[in-house]
Amino acid sequence: MQRTLLQLFYLLSAILFILGLRGLSHPRTARRGMFLAELGMLLAIVGTLFHHEILSYRWIVAGLVLGTVIGAPLALWIPMTAVPQRTALSHSFGALAAALIGISEYARHGAQLGAGRAVVIGIEVMLGSLTFTGSLMAAGKLQGTIRGFPITYRGQNFGNLALLGGMVGLVVAMALMPGAGAAFYVMVGLALVFGVLLVLPIGAADMPVVIALLNSYAGLTDAAMGFMLDNKIQIITGSLDGSSGFILSILMCRAMNRSITNVLFGAFGQVKELPAGEKATKPVRQTTVEEAAEILGTARSVVFVPGYGMAVSQAQHRVRELADALKKKGVSVRYGIHPVAGRMPGHMNVLLAEANVPYDELYDMDQINPQFAETDVVVVVGANDVVNPAAKRERASPIYGMPILEVEKARVVIVSKRSLNPGFAGIDNGLYYNDNTLMLFGDAKDSMIKLANALKE
Amino acid sequence: MIDPALIGDLYVFVLAGFLGYQVISRVSPLLHTPLMSATNAISGISLVGSLVVAGAGYGPLSTALGFIAVIASTINVVGGFLITDRILKMFKASR
Repeated sequence: MQRTLLQLFYLLSAILFILGLRGLSHPRTARRGMFLAELGMLLAIVGTLFHHEILSYRWIVAGLVLGTVIGAPLALWIPMTAVPQRTALSHSFGALAAALIGISEYARHGAQLGAGRAVVIGIEVMLGSLTFTGSLMAAGKLQGTIRGFPITYRGQNFGNLALLGGMVGLVVAMALMPGAGAAFYVMVGLALVFGVLLVLPIGAADMPVVIALLNSYAGLTDAAMGFMLDNKIQIITGSLDGSSGFILSILMCRAMNRSITNVLFGAFGQVKELPAGEKATKPVRQTTVEEAAEILGTARSVVFVPGYGMAVSQAQHRVRELADALKKKGVSVRYGIHPVAGRMPGHMNVLLAEANVPYDELYDMDQINPQFAETDVVVVVGANDVVNPAAKRERASPIYGMPILEVEKARVVIVSKRSLNPGFAGIDNGLYYNDNTLMLFGDAKDSMIKLANALKE
Repeated sequence: MIDPALIGDLYVFVLAGFLGYQVISRVSPLLHTPLMSATNAISGISLVGSLVVAGAGYGPLSTALGFIAVIASTINVVGGFLITDRILKMFKASR
């Protein structure tokens, strides 16, 4: 009876989770949706506390309290630029929980397991362990604790494949001899190492894909845990989480014109040697704050194109102040956001929303691209590769084929940039040499303040 | 050889995956970051499995592992929902 009741609780939670995610289809309904999801979680937890097998609450209460004490500050105090790290870290926590419960299950049943159950536990712990270390590595790279550029060596792909083969072999061995503890624990060790090696060769520029991919691994791990414990709510949640991560990985890959295998095995983000002789021969048109302010002040429509460089110099508030000054003069202001402008999917939107930019001024790439032709001025702040026309024209370019924000179609493009150094991928940008491009050299934050002041006068 | 319960679970997994694909496809690209923190929070549902292991007295090893798993999952549930709300609060329409 009690067991049936718990299952009904879980069913209700699953419905509330789905309704909650549905709420995210619009900012207006999002918070209400999350409230439903929170309610679902509360139901599931309270229901589980009455589980018939629970004898003592000592460790449960201690764990809940400790988890809250660690989790709440992590969520409330970190800056918005650190959200990608926090997300990666929480993937690793979720995977850790799953791996530990899997180890406990194996330690408890070991030799009495049937082949099917042994394989389920093996896969669950394998996924959990590799997601745990892989996500820790990703968090470290994003935080800068681990060097951001790709670490590669000869025979890397072969080594990783051999490791994967070894793990699969050991899971098969577990199916044949469920009692062979050595096979299980060696497999756990290999999976932990595999997670590290998987993320090691991936550069910081590819992090949006990696986070999304680890998101889907974390979801699969959760689902595998549900299979192991025969718990449907975990299977449903894991499956939802997994498909969310999968969709986001695909969107991010498409935004960079890369396949997932290419991201995992390609070690992008290394500075590639450029064909010499082509660079630094063309002149650029430099502008001053006064001239730029005058152009902006007489424009009818302005589109800001922010890149991660803007977030690094914390210039988003200054950009918004400049936008406010323009709006006061009756200029229409919009923002064009490339899907990989930040360090994780949707990151740039959050950074701008934090600076009080209204969400209805934020346009994604597909929405804004047709509008550039009717735009008077585009202001590029800290973005580089995502506005590089080489992605459309030069077959030899490493970013060829990547969809970009077609800013050069606007009447005037003002690029705020520290110097002419090439960007993240180390690729020269033809946009800077266009006739309708004006370069405003200097610190982005500084330039935005000066522009806003010049406009207010 | 294969547990019938496992087949039932597989049904649930596959259908939830299809549902997930439909629901997530409709999420606004504006909100992809809160989507990730929200799915993080929800995937803290691994807490329900961890709670039982931490409290059932299966033995010292299981209790210890369950205890750590409860901490890790709780961090995700509490932290995930808090940061999602913190982010969503920042999204305002223009007046």
